[in-house]
Amino acid sequence: MEEFTWRVGGPQGGGIETAATLFARAVAKGGWWVATKREYHSNIMGRHSYLDVRLGRKPVGAFRGKVDFLVALDGETLARHLDEVRPGGVLLYDPKVLDLTVHKLPMLDHRVQEALAERFGKADPSLKEILAAYAEAGVQPLPYPYEEVADRIGAELGVPSLQARRTLNTIAVAASLHLLGFPLKPLLEALALQFRGKVLELNEKVAEAVYREEVPRLSFQLHLNGYEPGRVYLTGAQAAALGKLAGGLRFQTYYPISPATDESVYLEAHTAFPGADVAVVQTEDEIAAVTMAVGAALAGAKAATATSGPGFSLMAEGMGFAGMIEAPLVVTLYQRGGPSTGLPTRTEQGDLLFAIRGGHGEYPRLVLASGDILDAFLDAQKALAWAWRYQTVVVHLLDKFLASMAQSLPKEALKVLSLNGEKRLAPREGFGPYERYAPAEDGISPFIPLGTPGGVYWMTSDEHDLEGHITEDPVLREYQMEKRMQKLLTARREIPLEDQYTLYRDGDVLVLGFGTVKGTLLEALDHLPGVGYLHLRLLWPFPEIGPLLEGKRLVTVEHNYSGQLADLVQQETLKKVHHRVVKYNGRPITLDEAVEALKAVLSGEAPARLVLRKGV
Amino acid sequence: MVELKLQDYKAEKQPDWCPGCGDFGILSALQMALFELRKDPSQTVVFSGIGCSAKTPHYLNVYGVHTLHGRVLPVAQGAKLANPHLTVVAVGGDGDGLGIGAGHFVAAGRRNVDMLYILHDNEVYGLTKGQAGPTLGLGEKTKSLPKPNPQGRINPLLLAFASGYTWIARGYAYDVKGLKELIKEGINHKGLAFLHVLQPCPTYNDLHTKEWFAPRLYKLQEEGYDPFVPEGLPPEELDRKMAQFQEKAAEWGERIPIGVFWKAEVPTFEERLKAYLPRYPEVYPALGQRESLDLEGLLKEFAL
Repeated sequence: MEEFTWRVGGPQGGGIETAATLFARAVAKGGWWVATKREYHSNIMGRHSYLDVRLGRKPVGAFRGKVDFLVALDGETLARHLDEVRPGGVLLYDPKVLDLTVHKLPMLDHRVQEALAERFGKADPSLKEILAAYAEAGVQPLPYPYEEVADRIGAELGVPSLQARRTLNTIAVAASLHLLGFPLKPLLEALALQFRGKVLELNEKVAEAVYREEVPRLSFQLHLNGYEPGRVYLTGAQAAALGKLAGGLRFQTYYPISPATDESVYLEAHTAFPGADVAVVQTEDEIAAVTMAVGAALAGAKAATATSGPGFSLMAEGMGFAGMIEAPLVVTLYQRGGPSTGLPTRTEQGDLLFAIRGGHGEYPRLVLASGDILDAFLDAQKALAWAWRYQTVVVHLLDKFLASMAQSLPKEALKVLSLNGEKRLAPREGFGPYERYAPAEDGISPFIPLGTPGGVYWMTSDEHDLEGHITEDPVLREYQMEKRMQKLLTARREIPLEDQYTLYRDGDVLVLGFGTVKGTLLEALDHLPGVGYLHLRLLWPFPEIGPLLEGKRLVTVEHNYSGQLADLVQQETLKKVHHRVVKYNGRPITLDEAVEALKAVLSGEAPARLVLRKGV
Repeated sequence: MVELKLQDYKAEKQPDWCPGCGDFGILSALQMALFELRKDPSQTVVFSGIGCSAKTPHYLNVYGVHTLHGRVLPVAQGAKLANPHLTVVAVGGDGDGLGIGAGHFVAAGRRNVDMLYILHDNEVYGLTKGQAGPTLGLGEKTKSLPKPNPQGRINPLLLAFASGYTWIARGYAYDVKGLKELIKEGINHKGLAFLHVLQPCPTYNDLHTKEWFAPRLYKLQEEGYDPFVPEGLPPEELDRKMAQFQEKAAEWGERIPIGVFWKAEVPTFEERLKAYLPRYPEVYPALGQRESLDLEGLLKEFAL
């Protein structure tokens, strides 16, 4: 096998997260590159959740439409994921759920219940019938009584049932790997990464016991792929947090919100790590988060905040304040399904235009978007460096898909960049007012932290003069407006083109994307001769990509309803985008969907607007 | 630093407040307090919200940051935490602090960052021409209101107390000397100090004027009120202190107390930060990077 996808589904809080991490680490210990995507409800415990672990011989950045192996830990998974396993694939399920019917799955949405009722031609289909439908579709169902196995192994090891059942996730992973003919050793190594002490000992014994059982030999087997040390496996939120530390972050504020919180929680846990020394403050709301970060920045601390849609809306005024008084500020925006509370735990790229334009009046801001875990790490450093170089707001765009996705990557790729270019005023002798907004051709007056000896200055969110006093004078207004906005031109001139966009491949059909469509589209190119891909990294100031688009059939692929990137490209380049491929059901675009959509474009069958609708 | 004179704390800008505005008195008291405490202007920052009183920083010759409406406290706390060596004073009106900024007012009390917050309370939104502020009483009708106020008043002292402010005082804008002493004590207090200043608005508030206040105000400390609440006070003693505070904080009518109502010893947020940042405040965020990041060490938990 060249690649493979394993999915585990079950109730939130029931150990499926641990199971997926364990599976990913085990196959990674066996030499495979892995990526994991996580789908979950806005709920603490009990609602349906699932994770896909995809492995490949090359680094993995995309996910498949159908999986090869589904581990259903409960009946709801069986019902929801019908049609999600490829023909020839495997379904591992607990036979005890077969007594259930669709109506006995209380968390299953009515819409899904009705769809199943219609499909099976009866009001309340049973899971037996659903199971039969898997088999009809060519999926191989394998009964596996997880709890019975746990009890049996528990008895064998002299461990009480309750304790043995806590190892269900290990049992599910061990059973999967055993069925796949994968050796036990990497699994034991993965367990050692995950657990300590007595818990580790128990899980090791359980895994060994599972491996002692007789299992059928599957038609496909997973072999070792040659382990190489020096790889790491982390999520987008962790990568962004690490990137912030690498970029010199000293002050982070946040208000709890999904899916942004993970980043701040990571930072909170590592405040005192050597070289980190980062203060993390949980504020009363996002208004306080953004304004407190501004206060810290004014004092000279590299400061940032992280949030998601609703919180970002609240930050609009504070960001304008930072732009007005020229405070260096990074806002890390983990987009999620909007509008309003929307889909708190599902992905979307619906905040692009808001990130660029949100807020009253005009001020210079930079917007950059990360496409994968490595980007998240590097971009977090760039965002901080640019905020301080241009003394303004930098919005770092990620999304829920990336925040909770994990990828394995070579450790050496996680480099600390040496970025500077910050302009600071040297403290003067004597005492007098500083001209905080002194004229500068590039728009950047030297930064003077509050508390700099030798003088004082003032700052105001009102329009101001060179020393920072309020003014409504028309000439000074023009001067300040032009000085501030000049920074956008300076930034577009100074920022290296490779940080603005990457033309991965040219083609008569040219796909444009930003953010987390990157991995999917890059792999899609392998299946689409003649199609090119232009990945946008800097979204504002918008890069000068017009010449690259000349004479091309342009397609945008993005996670939102209207095709915000398409609008932006058209506005900034005056080139027509011929096809907008959009998806807004909260689930990330899969490789298969992207390939199919772009094939339709190539064959001339695609409409101007193509909506992708797959996902569970 | 050269020896500074009182005049050196005054900026060149001329205040654009209405004649007779209470803001003048508060500005003078603040200027005198900073002078008498010999505060280094370049190590002192006055933050403000938005409104008439929020123009205060522009008239003082120390660092001044005139922020957004209602957001003075988070900005000020951010700067103070990033550089704990700064002397930080935040100022703003009653609408700024207890209307649009009420959430921040409460949350700041929970933190106890070492700074002083001065609330200029004239019960009206002056700069927008006299709408009812959050401290104007229910049914009260100033001359700028078309109808009596249909919303009740917040008691700033009780709210500060409920929120956890560790030094709570009230002053009067026309008692500049008394106010100056309160500001000095508030700045010197270790923790978050709240100074509520009663301030007539001669343009829009014809109810609570200088003439109205003059016969009613009295000084708590002249009547032997002791606001001090030492750490580890026995519960029954603490109850007594709290009851005393509440009684005086609620007193409003024939007699209105000014002075220090509450002065408690509680660890500051800076001290609490040490649990997360053992080297704080010696190593503080505004200092920048002191040593290179142990990225290798951080990556260990992610190793495969």
